[in-house]
Amino acid sequence: MSESISRRSFLKGGIAAAGSAAALAVPSVAAAGNSGDGQLATLLDIRKCIGCGACVEACRETNGHKFPEPEKPFPKMYPSRVKVEDWSDKRHVRDRLTPYNFLYIQHAEVEVNGGKETINIPRRCMHCVNPPCVNLCPWGAARQYKNGISRIDYDLCLGGSKCRNVCPWSIPQRQTGVGLYLDIMPSFAGNGVMYKCDRCYERVARGKKPACIVACPANVQKIGPRNEIIREAHEIAEEIGGYIYGETENGGTNTIYVSPVPFEDLNSAIEKGAGRPHLAPADNAMDKAENLTAAMLIAPFAGIAAAAVKTYSFINKSGQAGKDKGEAS
Amino acid sequence: MKTRSNTTARSQRKLNYAYGLILFLLALTGFAQMPIFKRYYIADIPGLGWLAEFYTTHFLHYLGAAAILAIAAYFAAEFFLVTRKYRRLSASGGVRAAILLGIIVSGILLVIRNTFFVPFSPQVVIVLLLAHLGLTMAFLLVLLYCRLAGKPWTVPRHEEAQS
Ligand code: HEM
Ligand code: SF4
Ligand code: SF4
Ligand code: SF4
Repeated sequence: MSESISRRSFLKGGIAAAGSAAALAVPSVAAAGNSGDGQLATLLDIRKCIGCGACVEACRETNGHKFPEPEKPFPKMYPSRVKVEDWSDKRHVRDRLTPYNFLYIQHAEVEVNGGKETINIPRRCMHCVNPPCVNLCPWGAARQYKNGISRIDYDLCLGGSKCRNVCPWSIPQRQTGVGLYLDIMPSFAGNGVMYKCDRCYERVARGKKPACIVACPANVQKIGPRNEIIREAHEIAEEIGGYIYGETENGGTNTIYVSPVPFEDLNSAIEKGAGRPHLAPADNAMDKAENLTAAMLIAPFAGIAAAAVKTYSFINKSGQAGKDKGEAS
Repeated sequence: MKTRSNTTARSQRKLNYAYGLILFLLALTGFAQMPIFKRYYIADIPGLGWLAEFYTTHFLHYLGAAAILAIAAYFAAEFFLVTRKYRRLSASGGVRAAILLGIIVSGILLVIRNTFFVPFSPQVVIVLLLAHLGLTMAFLLVLLYCRLAGKPWTVPRHEEAQS
Protein backbone atom coordinates (compact mmCIF):
# COMPACT_ATOMS: atom_id res chain seq x y z
CA MET A 1 0.00 0.00 0.00
CA SER A 2 2.56 2.52 1.16
CA GLU A 3 4.78 1.41 -1.69
CA SER A 4 2.38 2.46 -4.41
CA ILE A 5 1.70 5.74 -2.63
CA SER A 6 5.35 6.56 -2.25
CA ARG A 7 5.97 5.77 -5.89
CA ARG A 8 3.08 7.88 -7.05
CA SER A 9 4.10 10.81 -4.91
CA PHE A 10 7.64 10.38 -6.16
CA LEU A 11 6.50 10.46 -9.73
CA LYS A 12 4.65 13.65 -8.91
CA GLY A 13 7.66 15.01 -7.07
CA GLY A 14 9.85 14.14 -10.01
CA ILE A 15 7.57 15.93 -12.42
CA ALA A 16 7.40 18.99 -10.17
CA ALA A 17 11.19 18.96 -9.86
CA ALA A 18 11.51 18.66 -13.63
CA GLY A 19 9.18 21.62 -13.99
CA SER A 20 11.04 23.91 -11.64
CA ALA A 21 14.43 22.90 -13.00
CA ALA A 22 13.04 23.56 -16.47
CA ALA A 23 12.04 27.07 -15.43
CA LEU A 24 15.57 27.70 -14.21
CA ALA A 25 17.25 26.28 -17.27
CA VAL A 26 15.09 28.10 -19.80
CA PRO A 27 16.99 31.36 -20.29
CA SER A 28 20.28 29.63 -21.03
CA VAL A 29 18.70 27.23 -23.53
CA ALA A 30 16.82 29.98 -25.29
CA ALA A 31 19.89 32.21 -25.33
CA ALA A 32 22.03 29.48 -26.84
CA GLY A 33 19.43 28.97 -29.55
CA ASN A 34 19.20 32.61 -30.49
CA SER A 35 22.69 34.03 -30.36
CA GLY A 36 23.11 34.07 -34.13
CA ASP A 37 26.89 33.79 -33.79
CA GLY A 38 28.56 33.50 -37.16
CA GLN A 39 25.47 34.60 -39.07
CA LEU A 40 25.54 37.36 -41.64
CA ALA A 41 22.93 40.07 -41.41
CA THR A 42 21.83 42.86 -43.72
CA LEU A 43 21.30 46.45 -42.69
CA LEU A 44 18.64 48.47 -44.48
CA ASP A 45 18.88 52.19 -43.91
CA ILE A 46 15.45 53.03 -45.30
CA ARG A 47 16.05 56.79 -45.09
CA LYS A 48 18.16 56.38 -48.21
CA CYS A 49 15.76 54.30 -50.32
CA ILE A 50 14.40 56.26 -53.28
CA GLY A 51 12.05 53.48 -54.32
CA CYS A 52 13.57 53.14 -57.77
CA GLY A 53 13.09 49.38 -57.81
CA ALA A 54 16.58 48.62 -59.18
CA CYS A 55 16.95 45.98 -56.45
CA VAL A 56 13.70 44.33 -57.50
CA GLU A 57 14.86 44.11 -61.12
CA ALA A 58 18.29 42.82 -60.08
CA CYS A 59 16.68 40.11 -57.95
CA ARG A 60 14.40 38.99 -60.78
CA GLU A 61 17.29 38.88 -63.21
CA THR A 62 19.73 37.09 -60.89
CA ASN A 63 17.22 34.59 -59.57
CA GLY A 64 15.12 34.18 -62.70
CA HIS A 65 16.51 30.69 -63.31
CA LYS A 66 14.86 29.59 -60.06
CA PHE A 67 11.39 30.73 -61.05
CA PRO A 68 8.79 27.99 -61.58
CA GLU A 69 7.83 26.73 -65.02
CA PRO A 70 4.61 24.91 -64.17
CA GLU A 71 3.07 22.24 -66.37
CA LYS A 72 -0.48 22.90 -67.42
CA PRO A 73 -3.17 21.76 -67.05
CA PHE A 74 -2.61 21.27 -63.33
CA PRO A 75 -3.48 17.83 -61.91
CA LYS A 76 -6.92 17.87 -60.33
CA MET A 77 -6.56 18.12 -56.55
CA TYR A 78 -8.78 16.54 -53.91
CA PRO A 79 -10.63 17.53 -51.86
CA SER A 80 -11.97 20.48 -53.80
CA ARG A 81 -11.10 22.95 -51.04
CA VAL A 82 -7.44 22.68 -52.09
CA LYS A 83 -6.94 25.77 -54.20
CA VAL A 84 -4.63 26.27 -57.14
CA GLU A 85 -2.19 29.14 -56.65
CA ASP A 86 -0.99 30.16 -60.06
CA TRP A 87 1.27 33.15 -60.67
CA SER A 88 2.70 31.95 -63.97
CA ASP A 89 0.45 34.31 -65.94
CA LYS A 90 1.13 37.18 -63.55
CA ARG A 91 4.90 37.12 -63.58
CA HIS A 92 5.00 40.87 -64.09
CA VAL A 93 3.48 41.61 -60.65
CA ARG A 94 5.95 43.72 -58.67
CA ASP A 95 3.87 45.19 -55.87
CA ARG A 96 3.91 42.16 -53.61
CA LEU A 97 5.81 38.92 -52.98
CA THR A 98 5.06 36.17 -55.48
CA PRO A 99 6.90 33.03 -56.66
CA TYR A 100 8.32 35.32 -59.37
CA ASN A 101 9.05 38.29 -57.12
CA PHE A 102 11.12 37.67 -53.99
CA LEU A 103 11.49 41.38 -53.19
CA TYR A 104 9.22 44.40 -53.49
CA ILE A 105 9.09 47.99 -52.26
CA GLN A 106 6.52 49.12 -49.72
CA HIS A 107 5.57 52.77 -49.59
CA ALA A 108 4.56 54.56 -46.41
CA GLU A 109 3.22 58.10 -46.37
CA VAL A 110 4.24 59.33 -42.93
CA GLU A 111 4.99 62.48 -41.00
CA VAL A 112 8.72 63.16 -40.59
CA ASN A 113 9.78 66.22 -38.58
CA GLY A 114 6.41 67.85 -39.14
CA GLY A 115 6.31 67.31 -42.91
CA LYS A 116 4.67 64.59 -45.02
CA GLU A 117 7.16 62.23 -46.58
CA THR A 118 7.10 58.92 -48.43
CA ILE A 119 9.32 56.27 -46.98
CA ASN A 120 10.21 53.30 -49.16
CA ILE A 121 10.85 49.94 -47.56
CA PRO A 122 12.35 47.00 -49.50
CA ARG A 123 10.69 43.82 -48.21
CA ARG A 124 11.69 40.19 -48.50
CA CYS A 125 12.44 37.24 -46.21
CA MET A 126 13.89 38.40 -42.87
CA HIS A 127 16.23 35.37 -42.55
CA CYS A 128 15.36 34.71 -38.93
CA VAL A 129 18.16 33.62 -36.60
CA ASN A 130 16.12 30.55 -35.61
CA PRO A 131 13.67 30.30 -38.52
CA PRO A 132 10.35 28.54 -37.84
CA CYS A 133 9.89 27.93 -41.59
CA VAL A 134 13.01 25.75 -41.47
CA ASN A 135 12.44 24.15 -38.07
CA LEU A 136 8.88 23.17 -38.82
CA CYS A 137 9.21 22.03 -42.44
CA PRO A 138 8.10 18.39 -42.17
CA TRP A 139 10.37 17.23 -45.01
CA GLY A 140 13.54 19.18 -44.43
CA ALA A 141 13.02 21.02 -47.72
CA ALA A 142 13.60 24.32 -45.95
CA ARG A 143 17.06 24.63 -44.50
CA GLN A 144 19.31 27.18 -42.87
CA TYR A 145 23.01 27.66 -43.51
CA LYS A 146 25.63 28.65 -40.98
CA ASN A 147 25.80 32.11 -42.55
CA GLY A 148 22.19 32.70 -41.52
CA ILE A 149 20.58 32.18 -44.93
CA SER A 150 17.37 30.20 -44.91
CA ARG A 151 16.36 28.65 -48.19
CA ILE A 152 13.69 26.35 -49.57
CA ASP A 153 14.98 23.52 -51.75
CA TYR A 154 12.68 23.76 -54.77
CA ASP A 155 13.45 20.16 -55.75
CA LEU A 156 12.18 18.81 -52.41
CA CYS A 157 9.39 21.19 -51.43
CA LEU A 158 5.89 19.67 -51.71
CA GLY A 159 4.07 22.98 -51.45
CA GLY A 160 1.99 22.26 -48.35
CA SER A 161 2.62 25.93 -47.41
CA LYS A 162 3.26 25.14 -43.76
CA CYS A 163 6.28 27.47 -43.90
CA ARG A 164 4.07 30.38 -44.90
CA ASN A 165 1.62 29.43 -42.16
CA VAL A 166 4.27 29.46 -39.42
CA CYS A 167 6.27 32.45 -40.74
CA PRO A 168 5.46 35.55 -38.67
CA TRP A 169 5.45 37.54 -41.94
CA SER A 170 3.88 34.87 -44.23
CA ILE A 171 6.81 35.31 -46.62
CA PRO A 172 6.99 32.11 -48.77
CA GLN A 173 4.76 32.15 -51.84
CA ARG A 174 3.28 29.15 -53.63
CA GLN A 175 3.16 28.10 -57.25
CA THR A 176 1.00 25.10 -58.11
CA GLY A 177 1.95 22.61 -60.82
CA VAL A 178 5.69 22.31 -60.22
CA GLY A 179 7.98 20.17 -58.11
CA LEU A 180 8.24 16.81 -56.46
CA TYR A 181 4.55 16.39 -55.57
CA LEU A 182 3.81 15.82 -59.26
CA ASP A 183 5.82 12.57 -59.03
CA ILE A 184 4.09 11.26 -55.89
CA MET A 185 0.32 11.64 -55.49
CA PRO A 186 -0.43 15.02 -57.05
CA SER A 187 -4.15 14.73 -56.46
CA PHE A 188 -3.93 13.90 -52.78
CA ALA A 189 -0.79 15.42 -51.28
CA GLY A 190 1.18 18.59 -51.90
CA ASN A 191 0.34 21.56 -54.06
CA GLY A 192 3.47 22.82 -55.79
CA VAL A 193 6.51 24.62 -54.44
CA MET A 194 7.08 27.54 -52.06
CA TYR A 195 9.36 30.38 -53.19
CA LYS A 196 11.13 33.16 -51.34
CA CYS A 197 14.35 35.17 -51.12
CA ASP A 198 17.33 32.88 -50.46
CA ARG A 199 19.59 35.91 -50.00
CA CYS A 200 21.39 34.92 -53.21
CA TYR A 201 22.95 31.94 -51.47
CA GLU A 202 25.06 30.93 -54.48
CA ARG A 203 26.54 34.40 -54.80
CA VAL A 204 27.20 34.64 -51.06
CA ALA A 205 28.87 31.21 -51.11
CA ARG A 206 31.24 32.58 -53.77
CA GLY A 207 32.05 35.58 -51.60
CA LYS A 208 29.84 37.97 -53.59
CA LYS A 209 27.12 40.22 -52.25
CA PRO A 210 23.42 39.59 -52.91
CA ALA A 211 22.26 41.09 -56.21
CA CYS A 212 19.84 43.58 -54.65
CA ILE A 213 22.59 45.07 -52.49
CA VAL A 214 24.96 45.56 -55.42
CA ALA A 215 22.31 47.03 -57.73
CA CYS A 216 21.11 49.76 -55.36
CA PRO A 217 22.19 53.24 -56.52
CA ALA A 218 21.56 54.68 -53.05
CA ASN A 219 23.54 52.13 -51.02
CA VAL A 220 20.52 51.33 -48.88
CA GLN A 221 21.70 47.87 -47.91
CA LYS A 222 24.80 46.46 -46.38
CA ILE A 223 25.77 42.89 -45.42
CA GLY A 224 28.14 41.79 -42.66
CA PRO A 225 28.55 39.81 -39.44
CA ARG A 226 25.38 40.10 -37.37
CA ASN A 227 26.95 41.74 -34.32
CA GLU A 228 28.66 44.40 -36.45
CA ILE A 229 25.48 45.11 -38.40
CA ILE A 230 23.53 45.47 -35.17
CA ARG A 231 26.13 47.78 -33.71
CA GLU A 232 26.03 49.95 -36.80
CA ALA A 233 22.22 49.98 -36.78
CA HIS A 234 22.27 51.26 -33.21
CA GLU A 235 24.83 53.91 -34.08
CA ILE A 236 22.66 55.21 -36.90
CA ALA A 237 19.50 55.01 -34.80
CA GLU A 238 21.18 56.94 -32.02
CA GLU A 239 22.52 59.56 -34.38
CA ILE A 240 19.18 60.25 -36.05
CA GLY A 241 16.94 59.46 -33.07
CA GLY A 242 15.62 56.59 -35.16
CA TYR A 243 14.11 53.14 -34.71
CA ILE A 244 15.15 49.56 -35.37
CA TYR A 245 13.14 46.60 -36.67
CA GLY A 246 14.33 43.00 -37.01
CA GLU A 247 16.84 42.81 -34.19
CA THR A 248 14.52 41.18 -31.67
CA GLU A 249 11.46 40.36 -33.77
CA ASN A 250 10.69 36.62 -33.79
CA GLY A 251 13.60 36.13 -31.39
CA GLY A 252 15.99 37.90 -33.76
CA THR A 253 16.38 38.14 -37.54
CA ASN A 254 19.22 38.85 -39.93
CA THR A 255 17.44 41.74 -41.60
CA ILE A 256 17.84 44.93 -39.62
CA TYR A 257 15.83 47.99 -40.70
CA VAL A 258 16.66 51.46 -39.43
CA SER A 259 13.98 54.13 -39.76
CA PRO A 260 13.65 57.81 -38.81
CA VAL A 261 10.02 57.20 -37.76
CA PRO A 262 8.54 54.58 -35.42
CA PHE A 263 7.70 51.28 -37.06
CA GLU A 264 4.16 51.51 -35.66
CA ASP A 265 3.68 54.53 -37.94
CA LEU A 266 5.16 52.72 -40.93
CA ASN A 267 3.12 49.62 -40.18
CA SER A 268 -0.14 51.53 -40.19
CA ALA A 269 0.81 53.41 -43.37
CA ILE A 270 1.83 50.45 -45.56
CA GLU A 271 -0.51 48.23 -47.50
CA LYS A 272 -0.66 44.84 -45.80
CA GLY A 273 -2.18 41.51 -46.77
CA ALA A 274 -1.29 38.39 -48.75
CA GLY A 275 2.28 38.75 -49.99
CA ARG A 276 2.58 42.12 -48.25
CA PRO A 277 4.25 41.61 -44.87
CA HIS A 278 3.60 43.81 -41.84
CA LEU A 279 6.07 45.75 -39.71
CA ALA A 280 4.37 44.97 -36.41
CA PRO A 281 5.99 43.47 -33.31
CA ALA A 282 6.55 39.70 -33.62
CA ASP A 283 7.12 37.49 -30.60
CA ASN A 284 9.56 34.59 -30.80
CA ALA A 285 7.44 31.91 -32.44
CA MET A 286 9.59 29.00 -31.22
CA ASP A 287 9.68 30.27 -27.63
CA LYS A 288 7.03 28.05 -26.10
CA ALA A 289 8.47 24.86 -27.54
CA GLU A 290 11.99 25.88 -26.52
CA ASN A 291 10.82 26.26 -22.95
CA LEU A 292 9.86 22.57 -23.00
CA THR A 293 13.30 21.51 -24.15
CA ALA A 294 14.63 21.85 -20.62
CA ALA A 295 11.78 19.72 -19.30
CA MET A 296 12.83 17.06 -21.83
CA LEU A 297 16.36 17.13 -20.47
CA ILE A 298 15.14 16.39 -16.98
CA ALA A 299 12.30 13.96 -17.77
CA PRO A 300 14.42 10.78 -18.11
CA PHE A 301 16.16 11.45 -14.80
CA ALA A 302 12.79 11.93 -13.12
CA GLY A 303 11.69 8.56 -14.54
CA ILE A 304 14.85 6.78 -13.42
CA ALA A 305 14.65 8.37 -9.98
CA ALA A 306 11.06 7.21 -9.57
CA ALA A 307 12.03 3.65 -10.51
CA ALA A 308 15.02 3.72 -8.16
CA VAL A 309 12.84 4.90 -5.30
CA LYS A 310 10.37 2.14 -5.98
CA THR A 311 13.15 -0.46 -6.00
CA TYR A 312 14.69 0.96 -2.86
CA SER A 313 11.44 0.89 -0.92
CA PHE A 314 10.81 -2.63 -2.23
CA ILE A 315 14.18 -3.86 -0.98
CA ASN A 316 13.81 -1.95 2.24
CA LYS A 317 10.46 -3.55 2.87
CA SER A 318 11.79 -7.08 2.27
CA GLY A 319 14.54 -6.28 4.75
CA GLN A 320 11.99 -5.00 7.21
CA ALA A 321 9.96 -8.18 6.80
CA GLY A 322 13.08 -10.24 7.46
CA LYS A 323 13.76 -8.34 10.69
CA ASP A 324 10.22 -8.90 11.86
CA LYS A 325 10.81 -12.62 11.56
CA GLY A 326 13.84 -12.29 13.72
CA GLU A 327 16.43 -12.72 10.98
CA ALA A 328 18.97 -10.11 11.90
CA SER A 329 20.76 -8.76 8.88
CA MET B 1 0.43 -9.17 1.15
CA LYS B 2 -2.43 -9.74 -1.21
CA THR B 3 -3.73 -6.19 -0.92
CA ARG B 4 -0.30 -4.80 -1.65
CA SER B 5 0.19 -6.76 -4.86
CA ASN B 6 -3.31 -5.67 -5.89
CA THR B 7 -2.46 -2.00 -5.48
CA THR B 8 0.84 -2.56 -7.26
CA ALA B 9 -0.99 -4.14 -10.16
CA ARG B 10 -3.46 -1.28 -10.17
CA SER B 11 -0.79 1.42 -10.26
CA GLN B 12 1.00 -0.61 -12.94
CA ARG B 13 -2.19 -0.60 -14.97
CA LYS B 14 -2.49 3.16 -14.49
CA LEU B 15 1.04 3.61 -15.78
CA ASN B 16 0.20 1.45 -18.78
CA TYR B 17 -2.84 3.60 -19.54
CA ALA B 18 -0.71 6.73 -19.21
CA TYR B 19 1.81 5.20 -21.63
CA GLY B 20 -0.95 4.43 -24.16
CA LEU B 21 -2.39 7.92 -23.82
CA ILE B 22 1.00 9.56 -24.30
CA LEU B 23 1.65 7.43 -27.39
CA PHE B 24 -1.71 8.45 -28.81
CA LEU B 25 -0.98 12.13 -28.14
CA LEU B 26 2.47 11.83 -29.76
CA ALA B 27 1.19 10.04 -32.84
CA LEU B 28 -1.70 12.50 -33.28
CA THR B 29 0.39 15.64 -32.80
CA GLY B 30 3.24 14.07 -34.77
CA PHE B 31 1.08 13.48 -37.84
CA ALA B 32 -0.32 16.97 -37.34
CA GLN B 33 3.19 18.23 -38.15
CA MET B 34 2.33 17.44 -41.74
CA PRO B 35 -0.27 19.72 -43.31
CA ILE B 36 -2.94 17.05 -43.70
CA PHE B 37 -5.57 17.54 -41.01
CA LYS B 38 -6.86 20.75 -42.53
CA ARG B 39 -6.86 19.49 -46.11
CA TYR B 40 -8.81 16.40 -45.13
CA TYR B 41 -11.42 18.21 -43.02
CA ILE B 42 -10.37 16.58 -39.75
CA ALA B 43 -9.63 19.99 -38.27
CA ASP B 44 -13.17 21.05 -39.24
CA ILE B 45 -14.69 18.61 -36.76
CA PRO B 46 -15.86 20.75 -33.85
CA GLY B 47 -13.26 20.62 -31.09
CA LEU B 48 -10.47 19.47 -33.37
CA GLY B 49 -9.58 22.83 -34.93
CA TRP B 50 -6.36 22.95 -32.89
CA LEU B 51 -5.04 20.06 -35.01
CA ALA B 52 -4.44 22.57 -37.81
CA GLU B 53 -2.59 25.02 -35.56
CA PHE B 54 1.02 24.06 -36.04
CA TYR B 55 2.41 25.85 -33.00
CA THR B 56 -0.20 24.19 -30.75
CA THR B 57 0.44 20.68 -32.03
CA HIS B 58 4.18 21.27 -31.96
CA PHE B 59 3.98 22.35 -28.32
CA LEU B 60 1.83 19.34 -27.44
CA HIS B 61 4.24 17.02 -29.28
CA TYR B 62 7.07 18.40 -27.16
CA LEU B 63 4.96 17.94 -24.03
CA GLY B 64 4.25 14.34 -25.04
CA ALA B 65 7.95 13.84 -25.80
CA ALA B 66 8.92 14.95 -22.28
CA ALA B 67 6.27 12.60 -20.86
CA ILE B 68 7.37 9.59 -22.95
CA LEU B 69 10.99 10.23 -21.99
CA ALA B 70 10.03 10.10 -18.30
CA ILE B 71 7.83 7.03 -18.56
CA ALA B 72 10.16 5.11 -20.89
CA ALA B 73 13.08 5.82 -18.56
CA TYR B 74 10.94 4.63 -15.66
CA PHE B 75 10.00 1.36 -17.39
CA ALA B 76 13.58 0.77 -18.50
CA ALA B 77 15.03 1.46 -15.06
CA GLU B 78 12.42 -0.71 -13.39
CA PHE B 79 13.21 -3.51 -15.80
CA PHE B 80 16.95 -3.33 -15.24
CA LEU B 81 16.70 -2.92 -11.47
CA VAL B 82 14.02 -5.48 -10.64
CA THR B 83 12.02 -7.21 -13.35
CA ARG B 84 15.10 -8.52 -15.13
CA LYS B 85 15.68 -10.99 -12.30
CA TYR B 86 12.42 -12.81 -13.00
CA ARG B 87 11.49 -11.97 -16.54
CA ARG B 88 13.21 -11.29 -19.83
CA LEU B 89 12.23 -9.17 -22.82
CA SER B 90 10.16 -11.14 -25.33
CA ALA B 91 11.13 -11.08 -29.01
CA SER B 92 8.33 -8.65 -29.84
CA GLY B 93 9.19 -6.65 -26.72
CA GLY B 94 12.75 -6.30 -28.00
CA VAL B 95 11.51 -5.14 -31.40
CA ARG B 96 9.18 -2.60 -29.78
CA ALA B 97 11.92 -1.31 -27.48
CA ALA B 98 14.36 -0.93 -30.37
CA ILE B 99 11.89 0.96 -32.58
CA LEU B 100 10.81 3.22 -29.73
CA LEU B 101 14.45 3.95 -28.96
CA GLY B 102 14.97 4.91 -32.60
CA ILE B 103 11.95 7.24 -32.52
CA ILE B 104 13.17 8.83 -29.30
CA VAL B 105 16.75 9.29 -30.49
CA SER B 106 15.69 10.82 -33.82
CA GLY B 107 13.17 13.00 -31.96
CA ILE B 108 15.78 14.25 -29.52
CA LEU B 109 18.15 15.10 -32.37
CA LEU B 110 15.36 17.05 -34.09
CA VAL B 111 14.68 18.96 -30.88
CA ILE B 112 18.37 19.83 -30.67
CA ARG B 113 18.19 21.03 -34.27
CA ASN B 114 15.19 23.22 -33.38
CA THR B 115 16.74 24.72 -30.28
CA PHE B 116 20.36 25.27 -31.15
CA PHE B 117 21.69 26.96 -34.20
CA VAL B 118 22.15 24.62 -37.25
CA PRO B 119 24.19 21.76 -35.85
CA PHE B 120 23.20 19.36 -38.66
CA SER B 121 23.48 19.47 -42.42
CA PRO B 122 20.24 19.58 -44.44
CA GLN B 123 20.82 15.98 -45.55
CA VAL B 124 21.06 14.75 -41.97
CA VAL B 125 17.86 16.59 -41.07
CA ILE B 126 16.02 14.91 -43.94
CA VAL B 127 17.27 11.49 -42.81
CA LEU B 128 16.21 12.25 -39.22
CA LEU B 129 12.73 13.36 -40.28
CA LEU B 130 12.18 10.35 -42.53
CA ALA B 131 13.54 7.98 -39.86
CA HIS B 132 11.29 9.52 -37.21
CA LEU B 133 8.25 9.24 -39.48
CA GLY B 134 9.12 5.78 -40.85
CA LEU B 135 9.86 4.33 -37.43
CA THR B 136 6.62 5.81 -36.12
CA MET B 137 4.62 4.06 -38.84
CA ALA B 138 6.49 0.80 -38.20
CA PHE B 139 5.90 1.16 -34.46
CA LEU B 140 2.16 1.66 -34.90
CA LEU B 141 1.94 -1.45 -37.12
CA VAL B 142 3.96 -3.56 -34.69
CA LEU B 143 1.84 -2.30 -31.77
CA LEU B 144 -1.32 -3.24 -33.61
CA TYR B 145 0.03 -6.72 -34.32
CA CYS B 146 1.14 -7.23 -30.72
CA ARG B 147 -2.22 -6.04 -29.48
CA LEU B 148 -4.16 -8.41 -31.74
CA ALA B 149 -1.82 -11.36 -31.16
CA GLY B 150 -1.67 -10.68 -27.41
CA LYS B 151 2.11 -10.46 -27.32
CA PRO B 152 3.52 -9.39 -23.94
CA TRP B 153 6.58 -7.16 -23.51
CA THR B 154 8.27 -9.61 -21.13
CA VAL B 155 8.08 -13.37 -20.48
CA PRO B 156 9.13 -15.34 -17.35
CA ARG B 157 12.66 -16.72 -17.23
CA HIS B 158 11.56 -20.38 -17.28
CA GLU B 159 14.89 -21.96 -16.47
CA GLU B 160 15.51 -19.91 -13.38
CA ALA B 161 11.90 -20.07 -12.31
CA GLN B 162 11.88 -23.89 -12.40
CA SER B 163 15.17 -24.51 -10.69
C1 HEM C 1 6.22 7.22 -29.93
C2 HEM C 1 6.57 8.43 -29.90
C3 HEM C 1 6.51 9.41 -31.06
C4 HEM C 1 5.72 9.41 -32.17
C5 HEM C 1 4.65 8.42 -32.53
C6 HEM C 1 6.09 10.57 -32.96
C7 HEM C 1 5.55 10.93 -34.18
C8 HEM C 1 5.97 11.95 -34.96
C9 HEM C 1 5.56 12.21 -36.30
C10 HEM C 1 4.60 11.35 -37.11
C11 HEM C 1 6.20 13.33 -36.73
C12 HEM C 1 6.10 13.98 -38.09
C13 HEM C 1 7.26 13.49 -38.91
C14 HEM C 1 7.52 14.30 -40.11
O1 HEM C 1 7.10 15.46 -40.15
O2 HEM C 1 8.21 13.81 -41.01
C15 HEM C 1 7.00 13.79 -35.65
C16 HEM C 1 7.80 14.90 -35.69
C17 HEM C 1 8.63 15.28 -34.66
N1 HEM C 1 8.81 14.63 -33.46
FE1 HEM C 1 7.94 12.99 -32.89
N2 HEM C 1 7.08 11.24 -32.31
C18 HEM C 1 7.35 10.56 -31.14
C19 HEM C 1 8.28 10.86 -30.19
C20 HEM C 1 9.06 11.98 -30.22
C21 HEM C 1 10.03 12.30 -29.21
C22 HEM C 1 10.34 11.45 -27.99
C23 HEM C 1 10.58 13.48 -29.59
C24 HEM C 1 11.65 14.29 -28.91
C25 HEM C 1 12.31 13.97 -27.88
C26 HEM C 1 9.95 13.90 -30.82
C27 HEM C 1 10.25 15.05 -31.51
C28 HEM C 1 9.76 15.35 -32.74
C29 HEM C 1 10.15 16.48 -33.50
C30 HEM C 1 11.17 17.53 -33.06
C31 HEM C 1 9.45 16.43 -34.70
C32 HEM C 1 9.55 17.36 -35.87
C33 HEM C 1 8.71 18.51 -35.67
C34 HEM C 1 9.55 19.62 -36.00
O3 HEM C 1 9.78 19.82 -37.20
O4 HEM C 1 10.03 20.27 -35.07
N3 HEM C 1 9.03 12.96 -31.18
N4 HEM C 1 6.85 12.94 -34.58
S1 SF4 D 1 10.96 35.58 -42.33
FE1 SF4 D 1 9.62 33.82 -42.57
S2 SF4 D 1 10.38 32.79 -44.40
FE2 SF4 D 1 12.01 34.19 -43.72
S3 SF4 D 1 13.33 32.95 -42.36
FE3 SF4 D 1 11.82 33.95 -41.04
S4 SF4 D 1 10.17 32.41 -40.90
FE4 SF4 D 1 11.41 31.86 -42.65
S1 SF4 E 1 19.04 38.76 -51.41
FE1 SF4 E 1 18.98 37.94 -53.49
S2 SF4 E 1 17.14 36.68 -53.48
FE2 SF4 E 1 16.96 38.00 -51.71
S3 SF4 E 1 15.82 39.79 -52.40
FE3 SF4 E 1 18.00 40.29 -52.67
S4 SF4 E 1 18.46 39.69 -54.76
FE4 SF4 E 1 16.52 38.71 -54.22
S1 SF4 F 1 17.55 49.83 -55.44
FE1 SF4 F 1 17.99 50.83 -53.50
S2 SF4 F 1 16.98 52.81 -53.67
FE2 SF4 F 1 16.18 51.56 -55.32
S3 SF4 F 1 14.33 50.65 -54.44
FE3 SF4 F 1 15.95 49.19 -54.06
S4 SF4 F 1 16.73 49.69 -52.03
FE4 SF4 F 1 15.51 51.46 -52.73
